[in-house]
Amino acid sequence: MEESTFLKRKAIEIRMDFVKMIYEAGTGHTGSSLSNTDILVALFYKVMNLDPKNPKWGERDRYVQSKGHAVESYWAVLADKGFFPKEELKTYSQFQSRLIGHPNNKVPGVEVNTGALGHGLAVSVGMALAAKKDSKSYRVFTLMGDGEQAEGSIWEAAMAGAHYKLDNLVGIIDRNRLQITGSTDDVLSNEPLDEKWRSFGWEVIEVDGNDMDQLVDVLSETPRVTGKPTLVLANTLKGKGISFAENTVGWHHHVPTKAEFDQAMDELSKQLEVFV
Amino acid sequence: MNNVLLQKVEGNKIHNRKVASETLLELAKKDRDILVLTSDSRGSASLVPFADALPEQLVEVGIAEQNIVGIAAGLASAGKKPFVASPACFLSMRSIEQIKVDVAYSQMNVKLIGISGGVSYGALGMTHHSLQDLAVTRAIPGLHVMMPADRHETKKMFQALVNYETPVYVRIGRNPVNDCYQSDEYEFEIGKAVTMNEGNDITFIAIGETVRIALDSAEKLAQVGIHCRVINMHTIKPLDEEVIIKAAKETGNIITLEEHSVYGGLGSAVTEVVSQNYPVPVRILGIHDEPAVTGKTPEVFNHYGLSVESVSKVTKEMINYG
Ligand SMILES: Cc1ncc(C[n+]2csc(CCOP(=O)(O)OP(=O)(O)O)c2C)c(N)n1
Ligand SMILES: [Mg+2]
Repeated sequence: MEESTFLKRKAIEIRMDFVKMIYEAGTGHTGSSLSNTDILVALFYKVMNLDPKNPKWGERDRYVQSKGHAVESYWAVLADKGFFPKEELKTYSQFQSRLIGHPNNKVPGVEVNTGALGHGLAVSVGMALAAKKDSKSYRVFTLMGDGEQAEGSIWEAAMAGAHYKLDNLVGIIDRNRLQITGSTDDVLSNEPLDEKWRSFGWEVIEVDGNDMDQLVDVLSETPRVTGKPTLVLANTLKGKGISFAENTVGWHHHVPTKAEFDQAMDELSKQLEVFV
Repeated sequence: MNNVLLQKVEGNKIHNRKVASETLLELAKKDRDILVLTSDSRGSASLVPFADALPEQLVEVGIAEQNIVGIAAGLASAGKKPFVASPACFLSMRSIEQIKVDVAYSQMNVKLIGISGGVSYGALGMTHHSLQDLAVTRAIPGLHVMMPADRHETKKMFQALVNYETPVYVRIGRNPVNDCYQSDEYEFEIGKAVTMNEGNDITFIAIGETVRIALDSAEKLAQVGIHCRVINMHTIKPLDEEVIIKAAKETGNIITLEEHSVYGGLGSAVTEVVSQNYPVPVRILGIHDEPAVTGKTPEVFNHYGLSVESVSKVTKEMINYG
């Protein structure tokens, strides 16, 4: 199978895995996870140097999910990659499961615990700075939300990333233009987002964040500019892949009903068929 | 003697946050200086009806919990009466310096409403648990700290808060809790604990959603002839020391119950008073000093002994029963 086809299929399969997981557990951030699935698949199946059998390998690329609430996509990817048995997805959100509702580094493959927004980039700056000090070549990828951009701590980290010339650091914004209450424009406008990051000293590049080929092209090429961190502004659709969830505020953490679940699985299966 | 109050109603479906926001809406309609501030949190705080009814009195700041407290302090300095409604886990930790400096130290009339407190978000992990908030806020001079037991007390508390000038941190939970009070037809006073059940064999001192557990335990123990005093310490600061010392003298043993770390919360507050005034044995029931286990709220409560079974067992141990 051609690699591009493999990745596109994988993104759909991962969506099916976690939509089922959310439905069965009765909890989860369905829209948020669907939004960033393509980004995760590009990173974990193509771009990043990782060894699921040796998750603490010193040279591994680092992934930090600052928008920790979209953990469902993350658990599905880590399980599929073999960081832990896929069976375990059944325990998600159950009493004393390590697969809780946010990334938790008791689970192999998770670097740092997140869930409180606005923390990931500062931790990533620290990781990237350590790579520089140790003359290591690993890169650090950090996924943020666009509503999350309201947290001042992000901008403190942005300044530090540029100051320390961290060209091994890639920030990715899942630019779906929605947060919990409504659109990012209505809740707290953040435009022009690209110019903000540029003026903070970052190399900014915009992509279609649900287009696998574009994501792979852009994310593979790191550093883009020597001496500068990169910010990938990934324009996405929240709820991507399920027609009635797409770009719909209520689906941030809506759990599909039985009828919605059946229809969602049906739609996703049909998307898979395109590739056979 | 407040036995009229001990009228527990089962199956309540109305959560405290809904009552809080309805009470605020009622009061805000009559007072334009009452403002509610949210941080992409109006849904979780049940404040959507408020936003629809009084859009000019709702200030949305986006996902920025430090900013929200600073802005509230500024509004208060200009005579507004801001109520900040943001998840307790973030409000009591992320914004704590703004709370200490901009609100408490500067004595700005800001009401900080920590929503979805304790382990309301049981399965979401430690980022979303607020189990240190009593310890931290209680130690800040000039800040008062409260937690209502049920929907009736929530209403009384919010009515009282509007005309209370001191900065206050209030924590409320996410899920509906069974009633402890029969209605809201009673006297509520900030800083004055409520004795919900009389008894002289032992005292349970509880706060927030654990009050109901204390009441249920008292009811069960009464069947075997153990008469438990139940004190609802809705205000942990300023603390009603008198009622604690009286209980120590009259009942000897004390058990405290809280949806909070066993460090620094209600148990600590009670122990500070007892040990310096009338030392008696105190057992502190709460969340152990570890990232709390995850799961549904009742699962987490049971795990840490916040249950009728556990309270009954500890009671019998303490009074050497049977
Ligand atoms: C510090 C902090 N504040 C609030 C929240 C609650 N919260 C979880 S997700 C979310 C909205 C996030 O929106 P966005 O960043 O746009 O992410 P999306 O799901 O749209 O990708 C909020 C407010 C949180 N997790 N952390
Ligand atoms: Mg968003």
